[in-house]
Amino acid sequence: MSDAPPVEIRGLTKTYGDITAVDNVDLTVRRGDVFGYLGPNGAGKTTSLRMMLGLIRPTAGTVRVFGRDPQLSVRALEGVAGFVEAPRFYPYLDGRTNLRLLAALDGDEAPARIDEVLEVVELPDRAGDKVGGYSHGMRQRLGLAAALLRRPKLLLLDEPATGLDPGGMRDMRRLIRRLADDGITVLLSSHLLAEVEELCNRVAIVRKGRIVYEGELEDLRRTAGVSYRLRTVDDERARRVCAAQPGIEGADAAGNGVITFQPADDQALAQLSLALTEAGALILELAPRSATLEDLFFELTEGEGEGELAAAHLDTAARIVEETPS
Amino acid sequence: MSVARSTPGVGTIYRWELRKLRSQKRTYLGLGAAALVPIIFAVAVAAQPGGGPEDVPFGRYIHSTGLAIPLVLLLFGSIWLFPLITALVAGDIVAAEDHNGTLKTILTRSVERGQIFIAKMLAAFSYAALAILVTGTVATVAGVIVSGFHPITSLSGTQVSASHGLGLVAASLGVYLLPIIAVACIGLLFSTVFRNSAAAIVGTLMFSLLLQLLTIIPGLGGLQPYLLSTQFNAWQGFLRTPVDWEPIVRATWVCALYAIPALATGMVVFLRRDVAGG
Repeated sequence: MSDAPPVEIRGLTKTYGDITAVDNVDLTVRRGDVFGYLGPNGAGKTTSLRMMLGLIRPTAGTVRVFGRDPQLSVRALEGVAGFVEAPRFYPYLDGRTNLRLLAALDGDEAPARIDEVLEVVELPDRAGDKVGGYSHGMRQRLGLAAALLRRPKLLLLDEPATGLDPGGMRDMRRLIRRLADDGITVLLSSHLLAEVEELCNRVAIVRKGRIVYEGELEDLRRTAGVSYRLRTVDDERARRVCAAQPGIEGADAAGNGVITFQPADDQALAQLSLALTEAGALILELAPRSATLEDLFFELTEGEGEGELAAAHLDTAARIVEETPS
Repeated sequence: MSVARSTPGVGTIYRWELRKLRSQKRTYLGLGAAALVPIIFAVAVAAQPGGGPEDVPFGRYIHSTGLAIPLVLLLFGSIWLFPLITALVAGDIVAAEDHNGTLKTILTRSVERGQIFIAKMLAAFSYAALAILVTGTVATVAGVIVSGFHPITSLSGTQVSASHGLGLVAASLGVYLLPIIAVACIGLLFSTVFRNSAAAIVGTLMFSLLLQLLTIIPGLGGLQPYLLSTQFNAWQGFLRTPVDWEPIVRATWVCALYAIPALATGMVVFLRRDVAGG
């Protein structure tokens, strides 16, 4: 197989009448990535995935998986597996028979792998039951099992943990983590930031069919800045200390005794804690705020926000987009 | 990794299409009707010695030989019974995948869309053929039980021995398959285009019934030989002495004229369509 990237999308557009579901999307998934395709519901993630799987035709642009065009032949999907929206099966056949059918359509040694993949997704006990009686979580796992039958080098998963209970979500993520550790490239669509943060090394953020950010998750996090929340015994004094302290930016009092700010570095943070103590504003809480990325995500996906904070984030977003090499 | 893969062919998909049909109730509904109708008919014949459908070919012989019974059923069955049984599967076989959302499931494996369509077509044909075979067999057996295995009078008025008559019944069933396959192709087209089983089944049946109605419009009587419904009577050519091949040859090409465009259109739609549901 060539060195072509697992997924390479250029200028991909899909319109339905007046509605543009996917708008001039460029995207590259590199070998070994766990790539998060992140966006709110209705942002065009599923439509893009369907085009990657050759299920629908692009209005314009190209999709290549390992350098091949899935529109031309299903051969392009060699080494590729996954599902879009909820995986669907024949309700009147049992789980194992569904897998046998799909393995037969895969050819090669897929039929010999059925027991193995049922073990991987922890479904062997219910494999003899009709799929019509499966819960959503079981179908999701059967969907993953069906994908693994193909011994994929690229897994395309559409909202794999959506609709699962917390335990099911955790299992699904653990499973994806394990598959990625085994060297499978994963493209994962999600509207859950936490899921992408937990699993992915690279992300694309999509809004109304357009990519507003593509790059390393780390870069996104860094650009977003690390913000801290501070609570002391003396609100007013703490605020004054923060405002005067060098290396402390954007100090903002929420009014509930919590001040948020961005320190220039760890040194500035250490100096601040010392200054607060000396000023008698004894620290009750000083912790990094993990929501920053979420803020940025919402700004990127919801567009024009209100207030200065939103404007600042939009500036950041614009800078990210400009700096992203296309 | 450039290991040559052994990709599955139409045969594999076809076997799994049959397996899916075996697991669905509707399959047995159609086959059950195909078996029950001749039994009910035979019972009615036995219960009414002397009566019978005098006005149709072979109607007056149903008491004198069991071989007349499958032939009379072929006549009656052409109006809606066999088109319905055929449409029951042909109209469903693509639309059911839409309904279950499974098109995306099978289209992302290692088989091409064209292969899937052809396998579905073959499965629909097989089912229709099986239904005809079931009716023919049950009707012949039940007929022989009720009216005996006796010589039959051909449409030319000559006596045909019982064993030769049995061969003619078998040949008639075979020719009867031609319009049935054309109906199946139309069912497949509707199933692909409508993406809805009920609409495709009703549509196929409507198409078949409306064609039969066309001929009552004055001036359109000349169309009669080229209507699909007429081809359901082509088998009667076998029941003449000597065999009249003209209606049989005509049925072959007229049915092809209905079947091929429907199939080709259905296939193109299936190859090109966006699979966005499910």
